[in-house]
Amino acid sequence: MKELLQDGTVNRVLGWKKGDLPYNPEPAFFKSAEELDEFIYDGFCGANLSKYMIAASALEGKTLVLLKPCDSYSFVQLMKEHRVDREKAYIIGVGCKGKLDIERIKAEGVKGIESISGAEIDGDCSTLKIGTIYGEKEVAYKDAMLERCHVCKGKEHRIYDELMLESADTLDSGRFEAVEAIENMTPEQKFAFFKNELSKCIRCNACRNVCPACSCRKCVFDSTKFDSAQKANVDEFEEKMFHIIRAFHVAGRCTDCGECSRVCPQGIPLHLFNRKFIKDINEYYGEYQAGNNVEDETPLTDFTFDDLEPGERR
Amino acid sequence: MHGIGVFVCHCGSNIAATVDVKKVVEMARLEPGVVHAEEYQYMCSEAGQERIATAIREKNLKGIVVCSCSPRMHEATFRKCAEKAGLNPYMVEIANLREQCSWIHKDIEEGTEKAVILARAAIAKVSLNTSLLPGESRVTKRALVIGGGIAGIQTALDIADAGYEVDIVEKTPSIGGKMAQLDKTFPTLDCSACILTPKMVDAAAHERINLYTYSEIEKVSGFVGDFTVDIRKKARYVNMDKCTGCGVCMEKCPSKKALSEFNSGLNNRPAIYTPFAQAIPNVPVIDPTQCTKLKTGKCGICERFCQAGAIDYTQKDEIVTRKYGAIVVATGFEIIKLDNLEEYAYSQSKDVITSLELERIMNAAGPTKGHLERLSDGKAPKNIVFVQCVGSRCDESKGKPYCSKICCMYTAKHAMLIRDKYPDVNVTVFYIDVRTPGKNFDEFYRRAVEEYGVNYVKGQVGKVAPQPDGSLLVHGVDLLDGKQLKISADMVVLAAAVEPSPSVRKIATMLTASIDTNNFLTEAHPKLRPVESPTAGVFLSGICQGPKDIPETVSQAGAAAVKVVGLLAKDKLLTNPCTAKPDELMCNGCGSCANVCPYGAISYEVKEINDHGIRENRRVAVVNSALCQGCGACTVTCPSGTMDLQGFSNRQILAEVDAICR
Repeated sequence: MKELLQDGTVNRVLGWKKGDLPYNPEPAFFKSAEELDEFIYDGFCGANLSKYMIAASALEGKTLVLLKPCDSYSFVQLMKEHRVDREKAYIIGVGCKGKLDIERIKAEGVKGIESISGAEIDGDCSTLKIGTIYGEKEVAYKDAMLERCHVCKGKEHRIYDELMLESADTLDSGRFEAVEAIENMTPEQKFAFFKNELSKCIRCNACRNVCPACSCRKCVFDSTKFDSAQKANVDEFEEKMFHIIRAFHVAGRCTDCGECSRVCPQGIPLHLFNRKFIKDINEYYGEYQAGNNVEDETPLTDFTFDDLEPGERR
Repeated sequence: MHGIGVFVCHCGSNIAATVDVKKVVEMARLEPGVVHAEEYQYMCSEAGQERIATAIREKNLKGIVVCSCSPRMHEATFRKCAEKAGLNPYMVEIANLREQCSWIHKDIEEGTEKAVILARAAIAKVSLNTSLLPGESRVTKRALVIGGGIAGIQTALDIADAGYEVDIVEKTPSIGGKMAQLDKTFPTLDCSACILTPKMVDAAAHERINLYTYSEIEKVSGFVGDFTVDIRKKARYVNMDKCTGCGVCMEKCPSKKALSEFNSGLNNRPAIYTPFAQAIPNVPVIDPTQCTKLKTGKCGICERFCQAGAIDYTQKDEIVTRKYGAIVVATGFEIIKLDNLEEYAYSQSKDVITSLELERIMNAAGPTKGHLERLSDGKAPKNIVFVQCVGSRCDESKGKPYCSKICCMYTAKHAMLIRDKYPDVNVTVFYIDVRTPGKNFDEFYRRAVEEYGVNYVKGQVGKVAPQPDGSLLVHGVDLLDGKQLKISADMVVLAAAVEPSPSVRKIATMLTASIDTNNFLTEAHPKLRPVESPTAGVFLSGICQGPKDIPETVSQAGAAAVKVVGLLAKDKLLTNPCTAKPDELMCNGCGSCANVCPYGAISYEVKEINDHGIRENRRVAVVNSALCQGCGACTVTCPSGTMDLQGFSNRQILAEVDAICR
C-alpha cells in the first residue's frame, strides 16, 4: 500500500485505523506512508468501507480501498447504481476469517478489557485471549463473531484489483432461520416482537448513516420537502415507521451486509427486516443477491412477462 | 391558498338523496382558504357551469373544488368551464361524491360525513395545486390493427377507406381468423367463406392496407399519436415475392404428420402449408418443427419442385419497426381447453367433439368433405346430443363465469342444418336457457324447434359415458319434467366456452391496456366508450373485449375504425401536463426510475449542479415530458423522493391523506 501511495498509483488509502480501545478500529483515509503506520486490519475491522467510496469517487485521483468479501457486494451494488466510479478505485480484496462483535464478548461476562490478542488476521482465529483488569480470559473466536458471519455469503470477492490475505469459512447457520421463526409467529406475536425491538430505537440514525444502500444525497428523513422529516420519533407509530420505510427504500438493493445491526447501539436486529425482503424476493422472483454483479436484472424494478401476478406464489 | 371555491352538485337525487349537500357546503366554508361555497342541482348543466364561471370571475377564485361525480365523467367539463372563466384548468379538483360516496351509502348521516371528508381532502389538495400548461405532440397518420380476423379486417378496411394507412399484424400465416373456419353463419345460413373471402381479398388488395401475416408484436413504446412498434416477421422460409402460390410444394412435401390448425386438428397438413385454400396471402410457410430439411438438413424436396425458386431455408425472423398514431386490438378468441370438464369425456372418445370441430366436419373443405360422420369409425350418426354451456356460466374452478353468447345460436344452426340434411338423425339439445336476443334470432331458434323438430331439453348433462359398443350414454336431467334422462347417442357436440386469445395478455401488457379477470380487454366506459381502451390511442374490436357474434363484431369494428379516424384526422394532440418532474438537487442518478418507466421517458445526463454553493458534475435523471404519461411509477420507485408528479405531487397526496385522517 505504501508503494502504491508513493509511486502515485493512488492518492489515498481507505482502510481502518487503530482506535482508542483494543476493539474499536475506525474507517480512515490515509494520505501518506507515515499515516499508514496507524493502519490496522484485524477481526474487529467489521466496518464496510464501500460507502466511503461515494465521496472518494468525487476526489482527485484514485483511492485504494480495502474490501472484505461481503463489502465487495456493496461496492458492486453502488456501481450498479452509478454511485461509485470504478475507475477511481484501486480495490484490494482482503481475506476474512469472520468479524468480531464486542457485545458478544461482553455477553460472555468479560469486563474491564485492557488488551485482546488472537484477533490478528494472519493468526488462526480460533481463540481470543483477553487481558482484563480481573486477569486473562479466553473466548472462542467463533462465539464472538457477528451474526452476519455465521450466515456468510462466501469468501469470494465480487470485484477486486488485487487479493491479499487468506480467508476462513465461517458459515454455520441458515441465513433465513430467524426470518422463518418470525414468519411462524401469530400476527399478535409478531407485532409484540417488533414493538418491543423497535421501542428501543433512539433515532440516532447510525443504521441509516452506515448503510451503503442508504446513500441518497438527501435522505427523505432529513429533507424539508417531505412531511416525513424528523417525524419519526413523535410517537410510537412513527418510530416504527422509520425502520419500515428504510427497509422499503433499500429493498432489492440491500446486500445483507449486516452493518445496520452491527452499529445499532441498542442492539435492534434491524437486518431481519431486510432479510425478510430478500427471502420474499427469492421466493417471488427466484434467487437474487444484490451486488452479485452489475449486469443482473433487479427483481423489483425490472419487468418480465413471467413475473408473478398479485396473490400468486412461485 | 386563499380564494378557493367549492361547488357541490346534487346530481338530481343521485347525490342529494344520500348526502346532505347543504351540510357539505356549510362544512366546506369552514375550511382554510375557502371563500365561496354553493350547491346546485346539476353542476354540469349550462346553468351550473355558468354559476361556477360567475363565481370565479366575481370572487377572483384561485382554485375550485367540484363535489360531483367521478372525474372520469366530468373532470374535463369542469376544467373547460374554469378555463373559459380565466382560471388555469389544472386548478380544478373533483371530489367524487357519487361513485365513491352516495351510490355506496344508504344512510344519509354516514354519506354526509364521508362527503364532507372527501370535500376536505380535495380542498387540501387544490390548496397545493399549481397552474400547468399542456404541451403538444404530433400524430402519426397510420394505424396498426393487431389481429386479422373479421374484426381486424373490417376495422382496417374502414380506416383505409377513410384515407389512412393501416397495417394488419396477424400471427397465423393467413388473415381470416376464426370466421374462415366456420361453415354457415346464423341467422341467415349463408356460407361463411362466401361472405368473408371477398373482404379478405379487399383488405389484401387495398392500396392503403399492408398485411404482416405470420407476424407478432414484439415491443410497443410511445403513446397516443406516436407509438413505435416492433413487429416480428417470423421466418416463412418462402420468398413472398417469388412464390406464385401454385401449391406444388405442399403436394410434394413428404412430412405430412402435423395436425391441421385450420381443421381443428382433425386431419393432417404438410410441413409446408397454407392454412386453407383461400388463404391470403396465398404463400405457404414452412413449419420448422415439422420440416425434415430444417430439422436434419436432409430432404429439400419442396425446393427442388418449386419452379419459382421461392424456397429459402436460410430465412430468419425479421424485426420491422414502424410508427403508428393509433392501435386497434382485435386478437379474437379461442375455445377453452376441456381438461377440467372431464365428465363430458372429450378426451376419452373421438365422437365427443366441440362445436368448432363440427363446423369443420360439416364444411365441404373439411376433413370429411362435409359428410357428417363419426370420427371414430366413419359411420353416420343416428342420435346426436348437443350440450350447451360447456364451461360457460360455470364455476370458475372448471370454466368461465360468463355467458359465451354465441353458443345458443350456433347450436340451433347446427341442429337445424343436420336435421335439414339428414332428416333421419335425432337431435337433442341440453340447455340451461336459450338466449336469443338479436335481430331474427328468436325466430331462428323457433324454426329449429318447430320446423325442424329439434328436441330441446332444459337441463344439464352430468356425464357422458363411452360404452363398449362405441356409443355414448348421456346422463342428463329434464328440469321441466323433473326426470333423469339417459340417452344413447353416437355423437356428442359440446358448445365449449370462448375465451380471449391467450396472446392478449402479453399484448395488453405491452400496450398498458387493462384486462379484466377473464382476460377480456377493459373498455374506457362500458356504456359510453365501449370501443376505446382506457389507454389513450388503443381501441378494441371484436371478442377481445367480450363475447360477441359476427354482426356485432362487424359493427364494433366499424365503431373502432371511426374512433381511430377521429384521432388520425388531428394534426396535433394536447399532452397531459401531469408529468414527472425530478428535483436535480436530490437525484442520486441511481437509474431505478428509468428502469421502471414503461414509456422510456427517463434518461440520464451529467449536469453541472449547484447544490447550495457546491458546484459539481452529477448524473441526474431527465424526463422527456412529451413521452411521460404521468403513471407515477418513477415517483414511488425513487428512494430519495427526487421524482414528483405534477398535479399529483407527494405533498398533495399527503395533504389529502392528512385531511382525511384529521
